[in-house]
Parts: sequence; structure tokens; C-alpha cells
Amino acid sequence: MSTTRESAKVSPIGQAVSDAGILAWRTLKRIPRTPDMLIYATIQPIMFVLLFAYVFGNAIPIPGFPGARAYREFLMSGIFAQTMAFAVASASVGLADDMSKGLIDRFRSLPMARSGVIAGRVIGDVVFNAFVMLVMVICGFIVGWRWHNGIGQALAAFAILLLFAFAMLWVGALIGLSVGSPEVAASAGLIWLFPLTFLSNAFVPTPNLPSGLQPVAEWNPISSIVAACRHLFGNPSPFASPDGFPAQHPVWLSLIWCAVIIGVFAPLAVRKYRLTAGH
Amino acid sequence: MAAIEATGLVKTFRARKNTVRALDGIDLEVPEGSVLGLLGPNGAGKTTTVRVLTTLMRPDEGSARVLGHDVIKEADTVRKLVGLSGQYAAVDELLTGRENLWMFGRLYRLTTQQAKQRAEELLEIFDLTDAADRILKTYSGGMRRRLDLAGSLIAHPKVLFLDEPTTGLDPRSRLDLWQIIRDRVSEGVTILLTTQYLEEADELADSIAVVDHGSVIARGTADELKAKVGGERIEVVTHDPDESYRALELLTAALEISDPEATSLDKNSKRLTIPAPGGSSALVDVIRTLDGAGIRIADIALRRPTLDDVFLSLTGHATDNRDTDTATDSDEAAGRPASRKKAKA
Repeated sequence: MSTTRESAKVSPIGQAVSDAGILAWRTLKRIPRTPDMLIYATIQPIMFVLLFAYVFGNAIPIPGFPGARAYREFLMSGIFAQTMAFAVASASVGLADDMSKGLIDRFRSLPMARSGVIAGRVIGDVVFNAFVMLVMVICGFIVGWRWHNGIGQALAAFAILLLFAFAMLWVGALIGLSVGSPEVAASAGLIWLFPLTFLSNAFVPTPNLPSGLQPVAEWNPISSIVAACRHLFGNPSPFASPDGFPAQHPVWLSLIWCAVIIGVFAPLAVRKYRLTAGH
Repeated sequence: MAAIEATGLVKTFRARKNTVRALDGIDLEVPEGSVLGLLGPNGAGKTTTVRVLTTLMRPDEGSARVLGHDVIKEADTVRKLVGLSGQYAAVDELLTGRENLWMFGRLYRLTTQQAKQRAEELLEIFDLTDAADRILKTYSGGMRRRLDLAGSLIAHPKVLFLDEPTTGLDPRSRLDLWQIIRDRVSEGVTILLTTQYLEEADELADSIAVVDHGSVIARGTADELKAKVGGERIEVVTHDPDESYRALELLTAALEISDPEATSLDKNSKRLTIPAPGGSSALVDVIRTLDGAGIRIADIALRRPTLDDVFLSLTGHATDNRDTDTATDSDEAAGRPASRKKAKA
């Protein structure tokens, strides 16, 4: 939070950081005041955990890992990554809402950093997602999921998940600023995520997929995040091609994907903000 | 030096197939410490003008300076010096009044402490101290607009842009807001105000620029514009066509109307119209005269010239409410993107 004191004269970078902090404060202040959204954001992942664990759990075998508990161990990283990916919607809806209410105009008329509004949104949402993840971890523990490589590696996995949320939020920012209406932003922010998450290793082991889809699913950015987490948690992580790069270097690939997404979408989103209705 | 100067502003929007010239060569000059009223119907280009002058939009052609700073080349400097309050109250409705002002203060580069202090001052001035800790969703339209205006005053701006500050407000809130605006004027703030109401421009502005289809079609003080329209009129409806004829003769004599062309009589509706330079005092004269002659009045009204009258006399057409026309999209596209445009279509 940016309520720390500072002088009125600051460098451009100091200003950008300060503005992002103020706007992140705003994002977080708003969350408890929209209880329906808060409930939705936490209920949905819990529901996914329970549905997948108990409905699909017995129907989907994990190659090389026999036993009923294997699927739940396998599942949790998938749910984590999916939930972080769905953070797209909170950024897209939030910014589209600000735009339709004229707040973006207000911010643009202020002598603040051009990156401030989006960065504040993204940072606030990452903090919120950390909270959602905590809820899911507890839920995971209840259904029998554990990490096996120590707390250090588990924390590294959570860090990758939050980095992924951070990256996806910039995608959401670009969508939100492009569509303008919150209703459209909600569906535009989510619709493409369903094929993306289901065409991955999140819920179904890739060896069980048709062979044509296997390479797509294994190189999918979501799969790389999931595989990195399974690797770090010490959970089952079967691959159709165990000698391929995604199987051999899951952590590196997940970091590369995050860097690529941020590198492409953060500048696009800031550019969009600068030009919004400015033509 | 003029506080606001705009020369030859042109801005076109592409709305689907056709292009709309939202600004078609706007020239403006607002002397320091004065109030300019930008008067025009929806879609005339008022909001677009404000957006260009407040750096939210780049014009296709032309240039503008605020306090001597170019709005394109020195946009950051301009943003520090001006305040903007839009027609759609641009405040965060999930934050409290105090939180909103604190946030805007911080974004204007005040320290935490300064921002807190300034928020308290403004809450006091705008009579919002009691509501300071309520989230804005619970505010009335008038309170919200006051808070929005307070937000634009945080950095003590020398130039204030008010885009339709009272549109949609009830009469009481409108009067409150007018007083607040007058107080800024007395502090020496230069104001550019857009409005659809001639009355509002009359109340607040030192001079008025009437805009239509993206250009200024008339300039002058409120009195000068009213003179063009013909000032106030009194309409009298009697119960009998003969009586209305007699009433017209009596009133022409009593009010010393020299130009019979200025009066009119419609026998079918038994309605007569006469100029009333004295406004409401003429109304009293009319009633006395007619009552003295035993003429019964079915209806009587003092009509002030409206924006419609101004338009009618300046352009020969009324302020056609262009909601279905593409011209509306120019202001709409400028202010509110997709959502509202879709709602209209």
C-alpha cells in the first residue's frame, strides 16, 4: 500500500510507482464493497475443486500413478493455474467499467503516470488473487492434496502462479480498454479461456488426449504453468512426450511464457490507455 | 493574456461508414478570470471541445493553449493547471467521499498529509462533511456532482472546465451548484462551461459562444443574444376571439408598443403574443390593463427565450433533438465509447 510519505517532487519512475500504489489501494478498497464479486471469486474455485475431485476424479486415470488420490494430487495445480488465468476477467471488467463511468477520463486528465491506472488495477488484482489462492490451498488440503518437496519449492510454485496472474491481467487490461462496456468485457475476457484451459494438461493428463492435440496441449502456456507447479509441489505430472522441452524444463518454460505475455501485452495495454478515445 | 485560446480546431470521427466532423473550425478566446458559456444542443461539439482543451483528445487540425501552454506539446503542464468536471460524474462510486478526494489529491502529487487536509477543506466547502464516510453509491445526484466538482478543485486550478455541470439535476441542486461556481469565479478562476440551457449560460457566463455542427455560430453576452431573439414575451389567451382583438389594441397602447409587427394574434386559439421588455413588471401591467377593461384571461404566461428560440433565430431551425442522427455520435463517441453508442442505436 502506498500510503507512505514522500515528497511532492519525485522522479518519473517514483511517480509511476506511487500512482500504481494509490490505484492498487483503490482496487483493494473496492473488493469488500462488492460482496457478490468477492463470493463469486472464491466460490467458483472451491466448486471446481470439489466437482473435479469427486466427479471426474474416478473417471480420469493418471498414467503411471495408480490410486484414487493421484487425481486430486494431479488436479490442484490445474485448478490453481485456471483460476489465475481467469483473473483476466477482473481486469477487463474493472477497466471497462471505469471507462463507461467516465473515471478513465478523470484519471487521464490528472497529471499522473500513464501506466498508473492499469498498473494499479493489475497489482491490486494480484494481491486479491493471492487471497483467492489461499482459500484454494485450504480447500486442496481438505480434499487430500499435499506438496512433497518442502515449503521453499511450494512457495516458488505460488510465486509462478501469481506471476502468471500478473501476466494475464495485462491481457485483461487490453481487452477491457478495447471493448468499453463491462458486459462485453466479461464475456470477451473469458470466452477464449475455456478452450485454452481445457486444451491443456490442467484437468486431463496429456497422454490421454488424441495424439493430434498432444503437442498443442503440452506447449500451451497454461500447461507449462501447471507442469511447473506439479514439478515444484512434487505432484504427478505425466507427459505424452516426456523427452520434449516442456517436460524437461517446465519451470523455465513457464517463466518464458510469462515474460512473453507481459512483454507483448503490457506495452499494448498502456498504449491503448494513452490512445483511448484520444485517436 | 487569454487564459484559454483555441484556433481552428477540427476533429473528425469515423462512425461506421460515414465520417462526422465533430469540430469544424472552432475558435475560442477566454480572458483570464472570466466565464465563457459554450451553448449548444447535444452533438454540437461541446464535449469534444472540452476534451481537446483538457488534453484528453488530440485535434486533427488547429491548436489550443491554456495559460500559454500548448495542449498537445505541453499536455503534462496543462493537466497540472486545469480542473475538469464532466457531465457524467466521474468519481468512484465504491469509495467514500473522503477516499475519493484523498485519492485525487494524491494523484495531483500532494503528500498523504496534504491530501487529507485538502479533502477536509473541500468536504467543508461543498457541505459534504456529514456524508464524507459514505460510499458514493448512496449519494444523491446533486451530492455526487458536488463531489465531482470538489475533485476538480483539489490543486487550486486557475482554469476550470465544467462539462454540463447541472444536466439532470433538480432545480434546488442546480441553484446550489451555481452558487459554488460563482464562488470560484469570485476567486478569479477562469471557467469554460458547456450547457444546453440558455438560462444557465445567462446566470453564469460573461460571454457566450453558441455552437452547432462543430462551429461557433454566434458570440456575445447573454443580453446581446437575447436581443437577437427578441427578448421576453407575454402570451395571453382569452375566452373570446373578439376579446383578444380588443385586448391586443389595449395592450399595444398601454405598453407603448411602437412596432405592431412585434405582436401577433392567433384568432383560432385566441392567443396573442406581445414583447415584454420589462419582464415580470410588464406582466403586472398586462393583468391590470385587462382586468380594468373587464377582459377575462384564460391563460397568461411570461415566456423567456430558450435555447430553441436562439437556434430558431440564428439558424432558422430548432435544436432538432438529434438522438437518431449520426451527429449525436460525435459527442457520444468522444465521451462514452461503445456501450452508450450501442444503447442509442
